[in-house]
Amino acid sequence: MVKQLVFTITLLVSFGVFFFTVNRFISYFKFTRPAFKVRDYYKRFRITFEVAIGQTKIFRRPIIGFFHALVFWGFCVIAFGSIEMVIDGIFGTERFLKFLGPLYKVISASGDIFGLLVAISIIIFLSRRLFFHIRRFEGVEMKSISHYDANLALTMILLLMISLLVMNMAYTAKIIGSGGSMSGVYPVSSLFAGLFSGWSTSQIVFTYECCWWSHILLILLFANILPYSKHFHVFMSIPNVFLSRLDPLGKLENMDNITREVKLMLDPGFVFTASEVPVPVDRFGVKDIEDISWKNYLDSLACTECGRCTSVCPANLTGKRLSPRKIMMDVRARMKHKGPGIVKNGKGFSDNKSLLWDYIQEEELWACTTCNACVMECPININHPALIVDMRRYLVMEEAKAPGGIKGMFSNIENNGAAWQFSQDDRLRWAEDIELQQN
Amino acid sequence: MGFSKVTVPVMADLYARGEQPEFLFWVGCAGAFDDRYQKVTKAFAKILAYMNVSYAVLGKEESCTGDPARRSGNEMLYQIQALHNIEIFNLYGIRKIITICPHCYNIFKNEYPDLGANLEIINYLQFLDQCIESGQLKIDPTSLSNVTITYHDPCYLGRANDIYFEPRSILKKLTSKIVEMERNKSFALCCGAGGGQMFKEAEKGDREIFIERTEEALRTGAKVIATACPFCMTMLTDGIKYKNREEEIKNFDIAELIVQSLNI
Repeated sequence: MVKQLVFTITLLVSFGVFFFTVNRFISYFKFTRPAFKVRDYYKRFRITFEVAIGQTKIFRRPIIGFFHALVFWGFCVIAFGSIEMVIDGIFGTERFLKFLGPLYKVISASGDIFGLLVAISIIIFLSRRLFFHIRRFEGVEMKSISHYDANLALTMILLLMISLLVMNMAYTAKIIGSGGSMSGVYPVSSLFAGLFSGWSTSQIVFTYECCWWSHILLILLFANILPYSKHFHVFMSIPNVFLSRLDPLGKLENMDNITREVKLMLDPGFVFTASEVPVPVDRFGVKDIEDISWKNYLDSLACTECGRCTSVCPANLTGKRLSPRKIMMDVRARMKHKGPGIVKNGKGFSDNKSLLWDYIQEEELWACTTCNACVMECPININHPALIVDMRRYLVMEEAKAPGGIKGMFSNIENNGAAWQFSQDDRLRWAEDIELQQN
Repeated sequence: MGFSKVTVPVMADLYARGEQPEFLFWVGCAGAFDDRYQKVTKAFAKILAYMNVSYAVLGKEESCTGDPARRSGNEMLYQIQALHNIEIFNLYGIRKIITICPHCYNIFKNEYPDLGANLEIINYLQFLDQCIESGQLKIDPTSLSNVTITYHDPCYLGRANDIYFEPRSILKKLTSKIVEMERNKSFALCCGAGGGQMFKEAEKGDREIFIERTEEALRTGAKVIATACPFCMTMLTDGIKYKNREEEIKNFDIAELIVQSLNI
């Protein structure tokens, strides 16, 4: 009874803290700008099934992707066991889900096997980070805190798996020792149950209890660390994939407030019908965090800093300052910094800093070729170039800032309808001397 | 054997005669003005004439799609261009557009509809592949069969619009010796000219993107680097020259390779 009480209180406190934290993050969504409309649910479920559950984009790096997939699928399977542990903890039951019969055997056996597979994968991930020089884990944006963050999360997952496996070993040893009937099947742990031979039942039960508590407490602790960590992607990546932009990668969002201006300019008699929603007077493009869309912010929360984007970015590969990963990390950091002030003081709040210039430099933005290699590579469909173009839009339309060549191109288009300085009258020159050879 | 002069039909002339061509061939700025790329436009016009396709160009009425402006952040200029172009399409009752340039293709197909355009946009590779498949365009499979070709995927056909199959399908008809670069299809490395880069100096860095990509193409040992985009062509042709390999390695557009194969 004491155990149940202690457990229930711990659970409520950690849930409370978790929802408090998450609620704060969610409150920042309120002042973001609209993005696309969320519809096409069939397509969204399909893309979630493929990209999130099927890990298709992770597999673009087949070897390391395979180990990530093992961890992901392992988490899905082991989650059943964790839910059971919560029920057991509240109601004082043991292996509550055993009433599921054969299905329970499948759940327990796969959880046990995946416990080992996840542990092995995590050891591989940790060794890569600790002992090998992996280029995509480096970069200007990767401060030492980013490395601690990664290693801490991996260590916690490893401890979670160890506590799970030892718990299962102690459980099987306990049942074998007492001659009782086993609930569930534990193919990996039963192999090692022999380690407990010679231990007294009370020692085994004590080990079991220790592992049970450390496993569940680690889960609760982990869940509460996640929102502050890049590993928030554990929660955010599936929603982010579900809310992917479904348009072809080449498409940029139309700026309706510009359309309005241009139509007014081209046709002074043009009037927007009353049924149309009035377009709020906003800044053109993105200068600071209140100008981004909810999708940009969601992307930044879901980003796990894996660096696949940056590792394929042509600008980054050739030594330019642009790193798509940094753009996402800057968005998240800026929101964390300015978000509370905006929530408190409204959208006009200023702290005399901005995302552009204080976090992201013009040089980074102008290095982008909009090739979409970063988007293609991102395992959870983050869209970096759309935000980069939005920031260029601010620079060009609000500040009239652009590299000289770009300004020249603008005036060519304005003056002679071509990106280069050629007369429109010469547009058919190429067609003057074409001859078809008759065979 | 002889030569016959090809006349490129102009939309305004056809309109004056009350004729309506099936396709508008959108030439694009590079297609109209760039010395090297004009040859690609000519090659495609030859193929169209060879097949007696019902088409026309806008000629002096053509204007920039607004793509480089848009991707450089000048949404205002883009929309002015786009609305102007859509007006011309509507005036001539244009329904189907064939483009060579992937940037023109992308903006017509994906972005003009937001401003009210309702058009069928066909990339020339889709068009040519279909003509070959249907037997309308017969390619001599021996003409280039000894040439090793590698294909550089333009970002705005590949990743942007999922067109990976058609260029390879055409090239397979031309030669059995297709070699892929290490990074190909959706993994392909950009030539470095998209997103407005064509018109500006590169930012400070270790090296140029087009050299990185050219070196990758040269590593395949191919004699021909096939491209399907004016910007890619400029970058890779420059890359080959930079590497002093222009004597033995050639950069051709897929339309030019077809013309060579047809010997027209």
